[in-house]
Amino acid sequence: MLAISIGKKLVRAVAVLLVVTFVTFCMMFGNADGIAKGVLGLDAQPSDVQKEVVKLGLDQPLLVQYGKWLLGVVTGNLGHSFFTGQSVNEALATRVPVTFSLVIVTLILTMLLSVVIGVTSAIYGGWIDRCVQFLTVLGAAVPAFIIGVALVFAFAVAIPLFPATGYVPLTQDPSGWSKSIALPVLALLIGSVAGAASQIRGAVLDVQGRDFVRTLRARGIRETPLLFRHVLRSASGPGLTALSLQTIALLGGAVFVEQIYALPGIGQLANTAAQQGDVPIVMGIVLVTIVFVLIVNLLGDVANAALNPKSRVR
Amino acid sequence: MSSRPTTESVLARSRQPRRRRPLIIRLLVNPLGAITIAFLLVVVVLAVFAPLIAPIPPNATQLSDVNALPFSPGHLLGADQSGRDVWSRLVWGTQPTIVGALIVLSVSVIVGVTGGLVAGFFRGTTEATGNFLSDVIMSLPGIVLLIALYTLTGPNIPVAMAVFGILVAPTYFRLVRAVVVGVRSELYVDAARVVGLSNVRIIGRHVLWAVRGPVIIQSAFIIAAGIGIQAGVDFLGLGDPRQPSWGSVMQDSFNNIYNNPVGVWWPALLISLTILSLVLLGNVLRDELQSIGVKPLSKAQQRKLAARAGKSFGRPAPQHSSAIAVRDLRIGYPQRDGEILEVVHGVDLEVKPGEIHGLVGESGSGKSQIAFSTLGILPREAVILEGSIWLDGQDLLADRKKGAKARGRKIGYVPQEPMSNLDPSFTIGAQLTYGLRAVQSISKKDARAKLLALLGRVGIRDPEQVFRMYPHEISGGMAQRVLICGAIASDPDIIVADEPTTALDVTVQAEVLELLRELSRERGLAMILVTHNLGVVADLCDVVSVMRNGLIVEEADVESLFAEPKEAYTRELLDSSRSVEIIEEAS
Amino acid sequence: MSEPILRVTDLDVTFGSGRKNAKQVIDKVSFELRAGETLSLVGESGSGKTTIGRAILGLAPVTGGTIAFRGETISNIKRSERRKIAREIQVVFQDPYSSLNPSMTVEDILVEPLKSVGIRDGRKRVRDLLDAVGLPGDAGRRFPKEFSGGQRQRIAIARALALEPSVIICDEPTSALDVTTQARVLTLLRELQERTGVAYLFISHDLGVVTAISDRIAVLYRGRIVELGDAAQVSFHPRDDYTRRLQMSAPVADPVQQRARREERLRLLAAHTSAAG
Repeated sequence: MLAISIGKKLVRAVAVLLVVTFVTFCMMFGNADGIAKGVLGLDAQPSDVQKEVVKLGLDQPLLVQYGKWLLGVVTGNLGHSFFTGQSVNEALATRVPVTFSLVIVTLILTMLLSVVIGVTSAIYGGWIDRCVQFLTVLGAAVPAFIIGVALVFAFAVAIPLFPATGYVPLTQDPSGWSKSIALPVLALLIGSVAGAASQIRGAVLDVQGRDFVRTLRARGIRETPLLFRHVLRSASGPGLTALSLQTIALLGGAVFVEQIYALPGIGQLANTAAQQGDVPIVMGIVLVTIVFVLIVNLLGDVANAALNPKSRVR
Repeated sequence: MSSRPTTESVLARSRQPRRRRPLIIRLLVNPLGAITIAFLLVVVVLAVFAPLIAPIPPNATQLSDVNALPFSPGHLLGADQSGRDVWSRLVWGTQPTIVGALIVLSVSVIVGVTGGLVAGFFRGTTEATGNFLSDVIMSLPGIVLLIALYTLTGPNIPVAMAVFGILVAPTYFRLVRAVVVGVRSELYVDAARVVGLSNVRIIGRHVLWAVRGPVIIQSAFIIAAGIGIQAGVDFLGLGDPRQPSWGSVMQDSFNNIYNNPVGVWWPALLISLTILSLVLLGNVLRDELQSIGVKPLSKAQQRKLAARAGKSFGRPAPQHSSAIAVRDLRIGYPQRDGEILEVVHGVDLEVKPGEIHGLVGESGSGKSQIAFSTLGILPREAVILEGSIWLDGQDLLADRKKGAKARGRKIGYVPQEPMSNLDPSFTIGAQLTYGLRAVQSISKKDARAKLLALLGRVGIRDPEQVFRMYPHEISGGMAQRVLICGAIASDPDIIVADEPTTALDVTVQAEVLELLRELSRERGLAMILVTHNLGVVADLCDVVSVMRNGLIVEEADVESLFAEPKEAYTRELLDSSRSVEIIEEAS
Repeated sequence: MSEPILRVTDLDVTFGSGRKNAKQVIDKVSFELRAGETLSLVGESGSGKTTIGRAILGLAPVTGGTIAFRGETISNIKRSERRKIAREIQVVFQDPYSSLNPSMTVEDILVEPLKSVGIRDGRKRVRDLLDAVGLPGDAGRRFPKEFSGGQRQRIAIARALALEPSVIICDEPTSALDVTTQARVLTLLRELQERTGVAYLFISHDLGVVTAISDRIAVLYRGRIVELGDAAQVSFHPRDDYTRRLQMSAPVADPVQQRARREERLRLLAAHTSAAG
């Protein structure tokens, strides 16, 4: 039954969420003295450090702290910054849309481009396929931050076309917004499309070699409907998996890209907060990140169940 | 049920060279392999001999040389905004890069490979736990976790790389687990257990050997990932500020990009080329360690080869009427060395209307090749060197478009394996209806009615229910009947059946043969029946052609062939077949 | 009447646990195998014949009943105990392509069982084994992929013989082979039995094949033995309906005879359906 299978996946997602947040929480909140010193300064007196520890609630057992944090998450309160005292919710509220607009735009473009490139490469073979294989190796190998810097060099310094820094919110000025995320999206897009296209190509080639495709061809079904109706349907499972994996990579890449292009997103915030030792903010960002990943994976699983009846049995 | 080799699989195996040279030689002979290994050796040399190669200590500043250009005296790659020599800093930064990458490799191999071995071999809850942990670890972007780690450890690259090693361990885990599960189900592992080998010996001798290839290939990619993430972490400023590193040089040059744009090139190139070399080396390793198929020839190459064969297509049609006539068919497959290996050496075959023609031979004789070529579904690599196939006055090989039109309409196909020949994503009804409407202009309602009646005719007890089911929900015998239904739904003149009963139980086989005979008589259907089973031939066929090594050695009507076989090979086949039959001895 | 070398009593094999997942594959199967004889287990897919073989070899769990070898129970014993009788019960599998490790030379494959029981100079035996199955002496240095299906099966038979067992379980050893090769391999198996006195438990879906090679035949249907008796009796004068159906369904390589058999079979079927209806 479809509902049971989705229910199982939901339970598993929650379990993953709990394990990841617990491990990260213990890792970050474990060093109570270190955190207090970070807030007060490295040369703080031990007595002051101890007072700070108690003030920040870091003296309680980790499990209790985690429990309190979790309770806060459920009620919508992610805690407060150790440095500015600002609510984590507030700090994230302005930044989450920035990162998400970046990631979602890249994801949509990745879906479109990687499917077109991967499928074309698999169907036509020949020199198109060889070109695509070569370019995808290149694109997937070079790290996103290097591509990001190279783009700044090419399109902001050498031939000034796009702004190298700054973000314009979509609601404020759509054309400005698109210009401000053009280079960041491109930096992420190259690696993302390269990875996904190569996996989709593999999935299509694999399905094409299967017996039932040969039988359908022998039945007289033309190549185009054979491709769109049958081959792509069976290749969609591995294709969706590939796209889910790319989403995780995109979130990672976003951290670098926000740094390079000075976009006020959660990646940039995570970096600065970590260097300051502002643990609640980093924890909040970890939560947001993993929730996003789990939602995307669940959507992928739902889509897969809809397209591939065999997967519903499990 | 039985897994006989096909001509294609026999060819694929024969393409493997007998003696293989050692791996390292093969890598160096491959041009890409040689280049990447050379580059990586240079990087290693830089790391090991850094103090000797770098002209200037890494943190030495020379204020007069701020933003010096490349190739200026004393600064091969220029200087950064603090007057430090870029080349020296990159050289000094090589060693920590390699050390960090090796930490990633060791941790991920130890955790991932061991975990995969244990999970794959013992399965059960161990495997389930391993899968769950693997999913958990893979669900967070690495850099986010490393940033979180920084709050605990501060700038500590070795620890960060160890944690990253754990983060990428799932790639090894999944890989190794899949290989181990596959090997475990191989019969040679069962044989080892029967002989009494302990688990440890089985893992050591059989399992590890199968795993080593994929692990080596993956390691190249993992080292590349380690270098990338380390450079990234340094680039963000989370690395050790006292030591130069590739990422920190990149960060400095990026912050200075408007004053010294060219400066970003050097660290960017070094990082990118190292990573690329590793990835390309991984691809070369993959090509060498895992067998690759031969690339199919393009249409132009096919035409060239056909022309070289000397003959041409497009001969005059045969005079008398036949359901299908094959003339002078030659098929070949390209080999690794570029030559074409012929598997069908000039075959003539003629099937009269309504006749059931058996095509008998052992594995690798080429009988399936002939069947596939009449249907136009030979594998992509196959090359038709010569010949014509006449159906309804048209040569299917001379004009591919006509061939495509005949498929499904005039000539139907019944395949061997029932389950793998149905599309798993659609219900039986949807597949059959769509298939019928693709070749006949008929309304959906009429198609459904016709197919339901036909399903009943082929012996399916509840056609309406089967219509709604998916392929994985029906049995093998039912699936074969569905396939037969699909083949005859469009009222073709001839059916090509490729070992249609080999995968079925013998009682089901008898029923399906009976069904095929009835359908042939009712509809005047001609049939080409490909089989290795002489009993099936005796039961169903009117005329028999015996194939051996790509040639038809004997053709006769069924009674003459069995009573008075002319060829020695035919006699051998008959004798072997009869030696294992339940024929009552004459008392 | 000598003590049977292998005795299976009320064997039950159920896979999976719990009410939903449990699948009973073997249901109270009993039979005996005497020294030097060939007993065949015949059945279609789902009959459980392969599972019985695997249970005897210790590759499938026994959930009920016992298997005894020379009077001693061998079902569900510890791995260490199992190794002691491993010398006595060996196997030849169906698929000659996956039953030999492709990365080992033929010599390594044949020496492996000898090493596992502690025989040091197994290499000398390899020549004798290759000889016994009709393979050239230099085959030891080559890899399985250089041999045809029939030759690989001979290597598998040689491996089974290496420990000089008293029982060999033959799990569909000729089903994946061409008909001419099949005949040759069956001849080889017969010769080996004459020479060494080994007993065969021969598993197959092909009633014709088992008739050619067996002394006695057991017919299996859905995990139960429906008929057990002398080969000639079971094949030519079957008492059970299912056996009769099996026998009638396999086509013979003689069109005239086959036509007669077909008509007989259809007549029987019609008689059955009208009796049932």
